[in-house]
Amino acid sequence: MENLFNSELKVINLGLEGFAETLKERGTQVIHVRWQPPAMGDDDLLSLLDKLK
Amino acid sequence: MSKIDQANQEAVKKMMMSRPVWVDIGRAKDVIPGMKDNLFLHAGPPITWDRMSGPLKGAIIGGLIYEGKAENAEEAEKIAESGDIEFAPCHHYNTVGPMAGVTTPSQLVFIIKDEEWGGNTFSNMNEGYGKVLRYGAYDDEVLNRLRWLDEVYAPCLKEAVKLAKGVDMKSIIAQALHMGDDAHNRNRATTSLFIRTIAPFIAETDFGKEKEYDAPRLDLSNVSEYFKNTRASVAAEVLAFMHSNDLTSLNAIMAACKSMALAAHGVENSTMVTTMARNGTDFGIRVSSTGDKWFTAPANVPDGLFFSGFKSSDANRDIGDSVITETVGVGGFAMAAAPAIVNFIGGSPADAFDATNEMYEITVAENNNFNIPAMDFKGTPTGIDVRKVVEKNIVPRINTGIAHKEAGIGQVGAGIVKPPMEMFVDALKELAK
Repeated sequence: MENLFNSELKVINLGLEGFAETLKERGTQVIHVRWQPPAMGDDDLLSLLDKLK
Repeated sequence: MSKIDQANQEAVKKMMMSRPVWVDIGRAKDVIPGMKDNLFLHAGPPITWDRMSGPLKGAIIGGLIYEGKAENAEEAEKIAESGDIEFAPCHHYNTVGPMAGVTTPSQLVFIIKDEEWGGNTFSNMNEGYGKVLRYGAYDDEVLNRLRWLDEVYAPCLKEAVKLAKGVDMKSIIAQALHMGDDAHNRNRATTSLFIRTIAPFIAETDFGKEKEYDAPRLDLSNVSEYFKNTRASVAAEVLAFMHSNDLTSLNAIMAACKSMALAAHGVENSTMVTTMARNGTDFGIRVSSTGDKWFTAPANVPDGLFFSGFKSSDANRDIGDSVITETVGVGGFAMAAAPAIVNFIGGSPADAFDATNEMYEITVAENNNFNIPAMDFKGTPTGIDVRKVVEKNIVPRINTGIAHKEAGIGQVGAGIVKPPMEMFVDALKELAK
């Protein structure tokens, strides 16, 4: 853990873009991956999608 | 591959095999099957007069005056309220119209024939920018231009296309994407190619010599002072008008896209979207395997750049059938082909690439007719899958013109708009039954 914070950070950020932007503003190398839970995390929609595979 | 995936591949293949060709021009009531004297077509899903937005009401009022059914706006409103006129979506009659999309029985319409699958699709003439019927304006300037289009412009194009023996619309779209157009909001290349194709035949018609006509003359001095000081031939005026309006080709392009979408409709088990359209109040979609059922939700208000003197609070909700372009893989889906479009709708060229890349997430194929040079000639994302839209929570990207929310004013800007997710969720529920 100590090593992690003493070395140069290279970050892959998943989901909320705000975290990536904050890191970028502080000069950290960051790649943002757009991701969100399938079907907005709605169980009913997920079961419909399962039916339509 | 599942039976749904197979069905979607069949639907998108049919869409891409469609060969729309502009073959003729005719009067709506004579050439659109089912069209009649008291039927007015409009953009988007079905809607009653009381729920219509300002620009759609304005276009209906203008249409009633143009048809000679009303003397003025007050009289037109009474007729519209009375129930004597039937209103129906353009899409129910294989027709598409930009913005309000109001298509009346006497209007002359492009006839686009699908040379692969048979059948015709239709769209009326484009009137140009600003104060026009399709944005709900109906003053004398608008009505005079409609008369000129009907009595001078469209008859000339009709003769020209007969001499040309048809114009291949798919080829024009494919070439235009290589010249910086998206074939929806940026039509400079599309229209240039359209003019280049038809111009020799326009010159060859009798309108090349004809200089006299009864309709009010158009002011073409914005093209050249020549037209202010000289009695030009009809052919020269028609070409000057086409040149003055980058949207000249849009309506015929839309009808060509309708032809492609129609080819993909009715494939059993397919979850692919075959119609997207807005009436200024509601957004509606139809899906290949669910017949004529519309899935609708309140349309959103577009966001973008506004003309001088107008602001976002002037904007009407999303309106028009022109989203048929995105339905078949061009328009907002081909934004990467048209980075200059950001001058018109806002954003940066990188946003244009992001938009196209994102659309691959919700589509079933890369188009084998339309491709993007700057993406190594990758085919445009084509065939929206309802399942992917809901699963990824990504809605189709749409470029659009923006109408003023009050009747009689017209276009106030252009930008982008998001379709509501609810209608894709409703379609998914129906598909799962």
